Amino acid sequence: MTSQSHRLTSGGLIDRSASLNFRFDGKAFSGFQGDTLASALIANGIKLVGRSFKYHRPRGILTSGSEEPNALVELRTGARREPNTKATTAELYEGLEAASQNRWPSLRHDVMSVNQLFAPIFVAGFYYKTFMWPAKFWEAIYEPAIRRAAGLGRAAGVADPDHYDKAWAHCDVLIAGSGPAGLAAALAAGRAGARVILCEEDFSLGGRLLSDGGTIDGVPAAEWLSRTLAKLADMPDVRIMPRTTLFGVYDGGTYGAIERVNDHLPSPPEHQVRQRLWRIVARRCVVAAGAIERPIVFAGNDTPGVMMASAMRTYIARYAATPAKRVALFTNNEDGWRTVETALGAGLQIAAVIDARPDISPAHRSLASKSAFPVLHGSVTGVDGGKDGVRKIAVSLTGDARAEVEADGLAVSGGWNPAVGLTSYHRGRPKWRDDIAAFVPDGAPPGMVAAGAANGDFGLSACLSQGFAAGAAAARDAGHSGKAGTAPVADDEAFSLTPLWHVAGKGKAFVDYQHDVTASDIELAQREGFESVEHLKRYTTLGMATDQGKTSNVAGLAIMAAVSGRSIPETGTTIYRPPYVPVAIGAFAGHHRDETFHATRLTPSHHWAVEQGAVFVDTGLWKRAQWYPRAGEKDWLDSVTREVKAVRGGVGFCDVSTLGKIDVHGPDAGAFLDRVYINTFSNLAVGKARYGLMLREDGMVYDDGTTSRLAEDHYFLTTTTAKAGLVMQHLEFCRQVLFPELDVQLTSVSDQWAQFSIAGPKTRDLLKEIVDPAEDLSNEGFPFMGAREVRLRGGLKARLFRISFSGEMAFEISVPARFGGAMARNLMLAGAPFGVTPYGTEALGVMRVEKGHIAGPELSGTTTAADLGLGKMMSTKKDYIGRVMAGRKALVAPDRQVVVGIKPTDKARRLRSGAHIIPKGQTPGPDNDQGYVTSVCFSPTSDQWIGLALVERGRERIGEIVHAHDPIRGEDYDVELCNPVFYDPDGGRQRG
Amino acid sequence: MRIVCPFCGERELGEFTYLGDAKPVRPEAGASEDEVFDYVYLRDNVAGQTSEYWYHGGGCRAWLKLTRNTLTHEISSVEPAAGVGARQAVK
Ligand SMILES: [Zn+2]
Repeated sequence: MTSQSHRLTSGGLIDRSASLNFRFDGKAFSGFQGDTLASALIANGIKLVGRSFKYHRPRGILTSGSEEPNALVELRTGARREPNTKATTAELYEGLEAASQNRWPSLRHDVMSVNQLFAPIFVAGFYYKTFMWPAKFWEAIYEPAIRRAAGLGRAAGVADPDHYDKAWAHCDVLIAGSGPAGLAAALAAGRAGARVILCEEDFSLGGRLLSDGGTIDGVPAAEWLSRTLAKLADMPDVRIMPRTTLFGVYDGGTYGAIERVNDHLPSPPEHQVRQRLWRIVARRCVVAAGAIERPIVFAGNDTPGVMMASAMRTYIARYAATPAKRVALFTNNEDGWRTVETALGAGLQIAAVIDARPDISPAHRSLASKSAFPVLHGSVTGVDGGKDGVRKIAVSLTGDARAEVEADGLAVSGGWNPAVGLTSYHRGRPKWRDDIAAFVPDGAPPGMVAAGAANGDFGLSACLSQGFAAGAAAARDAGHSGKAGTAPVADDEAFSLTPLWHVAGKGKAFVDYQHDVTASDIELAQREGFESVEHLKRYTTLGMATDQGKTSNVAGLAIMAAVSGRSIPETGTTIYRPPYVPVAIGAFAGHHRDETFHATRLTPSHHWAVEQGAVFVDTGLWKRAQWYPRAGEKDWLDSVTREVKAVRGGVGFCDVSTLGKIDVHGPDAGAFLDRVYINTFSNLAVGKARYGLMLREDGMVYDDGTTSRLAEDHYFLTTTTAKAGLVMQHLEFCRQVLFPELDVQLTSVSDQWAQFSIAGPKTRDLLKEIVDPAEDLSNEGFPFMGAREVRLRGGLKARLFRISFSGEMAFEISVPARFGGAMARNLMLAGAPFGVTPYGTEALGVMRVEKGHIAGPELSGTTTAADLGLGKMMSTKKDYIGRVMAGRKALVAPDRQVVVGIKPTDKARRLRSGAHIIPKGQTPGPDNDQGYVTSVCFSPTSDQWIGLALVERGRERIGEIVHAHDPIRGEDYDVELCNPVFYDPDGGRQRG
Repeated sequence: MRIVCPFCGERELGEFTYLGDAKPVRPEAGASEDEVFDYVYLRDNVAGQTSEYWYHGGGCRAWLKLTRNTLTHEISSVEPAAGVGARQAVK
């Protein structure tokens, strides 16, 4: 194990008593509790952490936060391996394993770095230009090569073993960020009595206070921080959420946040989730998300050892880790000098300060002379050093002179960009502020306000006072009038900056490190006419990597502005879109995966069916018994055929509770149904059922089902399983919105009734065992299409309907859902003497095809009532939904595809749905495609495969032999068009 | 997005289903094919205030008429569609 050669002997917010072992690229290292992977690597003297995306250039750690473009690693192993994880935010834990990306065979010797030699072909717009090359070359050579060379890490390739959660939270004031502005806001809002949630993406609270210190209310920042956190902890309505990033804002004050609950552990403890996706509803939101320091673009600015000045401070002050022994600073502003102070305080050497401003403050001048380091007025033009990091820095001085600085680390500060993401997510465009040369929020989504550095006011004093005022105002706006007290105070700090974006020089100067976009790429894009920022972004891929251009976007705009002769505000910004940080798809899915992907609905007889060994099929949310296999049956067809024969020859039953069921009550119930069905229900006699068909307003068939009249003012309507919810919604729309004058009420009773179809010639024998003997079940006492309430043996009331989907003598019986299981068991008991057979949805389907009944495949949303052979049901005496549009010319054209039966000319052939119908003897093609096969089954009754099809003019062509063409399965065969009712065409059996 | 249902109060978007433009009025029985065609298919593509139907299927089952700004998504009013739901609630 390597010692922590670059760890200071004291200081830092790390727990030196908790040593943690970890591996990077297989090599063992150690760090401390409180480290990130990045700080631990730095403490071990590691500078090279990855290879870049396009050119495979050696890269080091640039930042200390979620804006990191370079230090992306594969974290963890096996199923938990996660690519593109930022080493700068990954908390160190015992046993952590990480691997660098984009290198082969090793990080130090990467063969793909030859890409740098091909650099001229990887320029801006390279993908677009390459697509114009000959297709053959692209497919055979180029694409495979690019796929090998590009990409960022490898996905695990196996299912994620962890759980993710989704949760809601509500508050008065939501605060993003726990820096001085965020904490001051929380104090003010909390004291005023507001319910506060504060989200902080870091695992430690305090923001820049953790690195930059300062004095607040007369005490050191660290002391103020611990006192403030203690005060907030005492407020029961203030909730502080560390490791939680607020990533988006949505309409109505809804915010998205991702909480990394257990990412700081090797794996989540048992019964705990790895991450939790929060939807937070807040009356007000204070964005105290701070600012991001921006790089200056110069040749070699991606050399390992070049680091943002603030990040270098953080590594030294917060983690007691030294990125370099001899530090140079390149800055264009006052703030960069803090790094010099921090480095000196840690005993590091300062090689030089290169300051692009014409002048520096007297205090800094005296610091330089006291500490004996040169101050060079000029700019860095190049960096000498490869994978081992910075060695020499070339400087161009004011007035054409040149200088060289020897250093092993270069801190860079090009100024600060306020984090304008959250405030801009509703298409807000930030505005330019000249004094800080940065974009600041210009308005925000309703209820949101930015404070402190996020608002462009960087000083500690401004952060505290703005944050406090914003927190107090937010609480007041949310209706809390308690006293917020007084704001914390700090000394004002000067901030002066001379804008500097790009220093001309020899060699690649990177703007977007993660996507390898250079200054010359932007210049090329401008020359080729891609001046608009949205074009620039897409042509060069600037800002399109997982870091969303947090360190690169503004510099890119500035360079485009310079080469196109416009100002930066004229050049403008691209649209900001959430999420602020990458969020795992697993977190959005939460528990909605695998068997809990959606809710599961069980039929009332489900548990009984499980005992029977039923095979289940998913239909929508339902689990339905598909068939009931018995010993000795070799496949599903054996079982289904037996079930069909048992029904047709004796008696069987099937749970049909999944049908949608709606009670329609009221004096106008009949009139209402007349308007939603194509046929008439107001004239249906009490005690009778009728098949009904609904259209959409555009004239296409919507749904079908049987509706019974149980009383003068009470109908019981059924829908198909698939449309149960939608039909209810549609009928409510008709009732509430279209026909408010009708006195009618709708009640969904789908879950209230268990319904069974009992079918077969022995149905009446079985029913007599179930139903009270006083009930008349004879053909006269309960004729076909009769419907009424009956009393069962034992006194239970049930609804009985003499309807048939199978074509047999059949009833459907409804009992309260809680009796569904008992009913199934009773039917088995009572039916034993008659050989009762439970049947599943497959047998149900076979019998409906044998009877030529339409179902889902025919109710495709593109068929009319006439297409389905039900045109005669369309009343001409009343208005109903869809009537007028159903009369359109194309919907009544004689050459429409209509439902017809089919059977293969070769009786032994199996049919499959989806095959196209082509006139016999013709070569299949789109011009002679006359329809397709919708439903097929093996018919035990016909002893062959039969089917239904939608065929052009089909009803006029009964008896014609046509060609079935199935290009997907490679099948071609002849079928005969026939009457779709294969079984008992005159319907004698169901009436008997 | 959150909708203040006149019956259930402020509720989350997931409880509601969007249908579409609440402006077209269903023609009387006997209307011409052209009139019905317009009712079924013709919609304004409004940048600004629109009225639209939402169904509170995860709550009171009322059809609601929302006035919403398509540019800002601001919802300025929510009423029971055609008032039938309101009468039901008063009962
Ligand atoms: Zn409601």
